[in-house]
Amino acid sequence: MSFAHTHLLGIEQLNPFDITALLDLAESYVELNRKSVKHSEALRGLTQINMFFENSTRTQASFELAGKRLGADVMNMSMQASSIKKGETLIDTAMTLNAMHPDLLVVRHPHSGAVDLLAQKVNCAVLNAGDGKHEHPTQALLDALTIRRAKGRLQRLNIAICGDIAHSRVARSNILLLGKMENRIRLIGPPTLLPSAFAEFGVEVYQDMKEGLQDVDVVMMLRLQKERMDGGFIPSEREYYHRYGLDAEKLAVAKPDAIVMHPGPMNRGVEIDGEIADDINRSVIQEQVEMGVAVRMAAMDLLARNLRAKRETGVMA
Amino acid sequence: MTTLLTNARLIDPEAGTETRGWLAYDGGTILATGAEGKTPAPRVDQTFDCDGLCLAPGIVDMGVKVCEPGERHKESFRSAGLAAAAGGVTTIVTRPDTNPSIDTPETLEFVTRRAREVTPVRMHSMAALTKGRRGEEMTEIGFLQDAGAVAFTDCDHVLTNTKVFSRALTYARSLNALVIAHPQEPGLSKGACISAGKFATLRGLPSVSPMAERMGLDRDIALVEMTGAKYHADQITTARALPALERAKANGLDITAGISIHHLTLNVLDVADYRTFFKLTPPLRDETDRLAVIEAVKSGLIDIICSMHTPQDEESKRLPFEEAASGAVGLETLLPAALRLYHAGHLDLPQLFRAMSLNPAKRLGLPGGRLSAGAPADLVVFDPDAPFVMDRFRLNSKSKNTPFDGARLEGRIRATLVGGDFVYGAL
Repeated sequence: MSFAHTHLLGIEQLNPFDITALLDLAESYVELNRKSVKHSEALRGLTQINMFFENSTRTQASFELAGKRLGADVMNMSMQASSIKKGETLIDTAMTLNAMHPDLLVVRHPHSGAVDLLAQKVNCAVLNAGDGKHEHPTQALLDALTIRRAKGRLQRLNIAICGDIAHSRVARSNILLLGKMENRIRLIGPPTLLPSAFAEFGVEVYQDMKEGLQDVDVVMMLRLQKERMDGGFIPSEREYYHRYGLDAEKLAVAKPDAIVMHPGPMNRGVEIDGEIADDINRSVIQEQVEMGVAVRMAAMDLLARNLRAKRETGVMA
Repeated sequence: MTTLLTNARLIDPEAGTETRGWLAYDGGTILATGAEGKTPAPRVDQTFDCDGLCLAPGIVDMGVKVCEPGERHKESFRSAGLAAAAGGVTTIVTRPDTNPSIDTPETLEFVTRRAREVTPVRMHSMAALTKGRRGEEMTEIGFLQDAGAVAFTDCDHVLTNTKVFSRALTYARSLNALVIAHPQEPGLSKGACISAGKFATLRGLPSVSPMAERMGLDRDIALVEMTGAKYHADQITTARALPALERAKANGLDITAGISIHHLTLNVLDVADYRTFFKLTPPLRDETDRLAVIEAVKSGLIDIICSMHTPQDEESKRLPFEEAASGAVGLETLLPAALRLYHAGHLDLPQLFRAMSLNPAKRLGLPGGRLSAGAPADLVVFDPDAPFVMDRFRLNSKSKNTPFDGARLEGRIRATLVGGDFVYGAL
């Protein structure tokens, strides 16, 4: 198995073999997580610190659980409450933490590129849990695993990503990953939330939901990032729901076996109809959460192997 | 005492020529130049052999930030002066975006005195156009002019209140004062730290359309047409803004434009993995824009190349890209970087020195920037082909935020003369 990376900063740095290797390993953790004794020793003796400079419940819980199931010592630090307020810079915080000898650092930050910056200054493995509008690699990986399990493959699928693409790191990581795995990607959203530059990423761009959803295998909805908006991207929530909210009528033009995904948390009645979200025949939203833990276990396992090999021999595994 | 510099490659931006010859000066003033073998050199007290190196009028760098008063740890007059001398810059024209701003005759006198004490090169100040650069009330333009201000600018603060701006332009016109503005539509560029496009989207950074520059310029041109003021756009960096500039000049408005050397030699892709030394105001553009503005400098549509020297300490740059301070130092790298344009075949040396020395001096009403008799003997002697690898820690500036760190450059400054005195190097 090859996964020659010190950090997991984004999908941009991964090649298709890396992605397949990680997903294959994640499958074995899906099995483990369904057993009654959900424990492995892969990270025994290692310290994992979750640093979240931005609010998160789901991702942080998922990383925490993943670390604990692999036997790591896990610590959560909610950074928006602590040193930032006291004027400490990101680098200072990183150096302070570095002095505590962590092995895995899971970081979420509101600014694009902040996790890359931090990774340059510490000597442990860094996992990007979302940086600004840049990348959210573990989300894209868990989406890929969900698709692969539901569709039996991760190639040659028609996949629509819909909604607030401009403000979404999930969309960027997914566009990169699904593109690398040779799928056809369609982006659907109002032009204010889907800047023209996206057309240069080898994707098809649609402004009309029904046109864009025609015969797709996968429908990925994005959260309408209300908290990120300066205001005035869309006229109103109800007009947005009418034109871009996923309901039965719009979903009807997709393939009959198309799956519906959402990274959560959902705004029911804004980007997605509640009934579709709960439809067990179409929605894989709960499965995504389950895959999230497995994918994060696999990512940390692989990085920890490289970290140990590097510390023991000076070269990467 | 008369001095002769012989065996030089004379770069004359006024005549647009490059000749092998000599230059003689007496005290601080150029006496004459002559071509080798044609005009015999006069008898002088001392002679220096330039050994075939280039001899050009010293650079007049318009828009240098010296962080006095306020942030002397980033750059003082002493360090800026040393940096200028090492970079072949014989006149620095300082910006008023200090803390506090240079917006009263008293502050202006303070910085002028500080500069006189410690700076080996010539220094002229620009003053703020409005008090505190807040865009509300105009400064004492007349008094400031009497105290030596050569131009009036709020730097990168765009004056949004057009009524205030038009009055300031009208008042400045009555004093024949030059107003320098930063053409940018502030609504569009608010919060942005990179130029819009594929790269910005990939990096997930808040971006601004290059159109914001054209919108700002269009508005300013209308105000200049309305008031008849003498106006200079500090940096025109996009292809989209050039037709408007061309039309305004053709219509006879008193408009000139500048550009930083960084926008002529780097593009947005240089930001790479969030390298904050490449965060500038306005942001670096794409390659199409870069090539268009090079053409504009060549044709003379863009008049002036400057360094836009903006010192920032390590702390303000070692931050996530969005939070990091903007700007780059440039006094010492201006000439070597500009020579990239020469080596790439874009511009010849007289064209470069027209934009770096002659035009800024002319626009500000200063006597330098030329090799003709009667001009001050402010000169730079350089080897355009000498290669070196830039090491930022060897810069004289207190701040080391150069985007050229580790870059391979060609062009070493061998000597800088101000008023006939060697302030850097020797021959």
